[in-house]
Amino acid sequence: MNPWRRDGDQVVAELERQEAAVLRGLVGQINDMLRARADEAPQDELAELTGIRTGPATAPDDPILSRLLPDFHRLDSDQPSKEDMDSAAALRSLHEPTLLDLKTGVAGVVLETCPPDGGKVRLSLEQADAWLSAINDVRLALGTALDVEEDMPDELPDDDPRAGHLPVYHWLTVVQEELIHAMSS
Amino acid sequence: MTTPVELGKTDGADLAAEDKPWQTIVWNDPVNLMSYVTYVFQKLFGYSRDKATKLMLDVHHKGKAVVSSGDKDKVEADVARLHAAGLWATMERDS
Repeated sequence: MNPWRRDGDQVVAELERQEAAVLRGLVGQINDMLRARADEAPQDELAELTGIRTGPATAPDDPILSRLLPDFHRLDSDQPSKEDMDSAAALRSLHEPTLLDLKTGVAGVVLETCPPDGGKVRLSLEQADAWLSAINDVRLALGTALDVEEDMPDELPDDDPRAGHLPVYHWLTVVQEELIHAMSS
Repeated sequence: MTTPVELGKTDGADLAAEDKPWQTIVWNDPVNLMSYVTYVFQKLFGYSRDKATKLMLDVHHKGKAVVSSGDKDKVEADVARLHAAGLWATMERDS
């Protein structure tokens, strides 16, 4: 990969064919998970009439989705207060549909602008922001799946089932870091 | 939207409790990059690079930082925007 560089009001990079395929594959998977969650949202006639959408009141069971769609209050203490639990449910129901729209939106920008066969990528700053968010969502998902901790080693022992997947995570870290650097320069 | 009837809100202590501002808290997590967290604080809140960096370092070293405060609606909106950026944010009443 040719690292990101700033070119006026745009940022540009060049992706290998395989890099583009990996990135599109991962962003597509996250997009599918988020869309499936959106499809689970309760449908009711009142919502269709008023146009006010309501999402589910409870956090997803799946740890990856749960990390991408956090609660509005800390509920992981031994005894979260009933007030916090009720408030978190109401706030999730109110905000989750918009959050899902935003996250599938940024994933869509990557899928539209990342050439399937690799090659030059040229992004407006707005599109670059979408890439940053979408890449971050993939890293959050992989980080959750791989149980990433602070100061993750570059490589894991061969017998660790996560060993084969860690390089992708580290590669996305570099892609994201370079993109932030290019946008801030 | 209707305004609820307010009953007996004359007690000064009660009013103070109602007015208590809310806080937006960002928690440390092992995935979000230090450079990205700083970038998000600058972009969402318009903070200077120095202020955004200081808040990011607080999150990193102390485990959390209060990144904004205000009435409930404002803080709720800030948490929603931080969630869109992928940061682990929650809100609580100032204590």
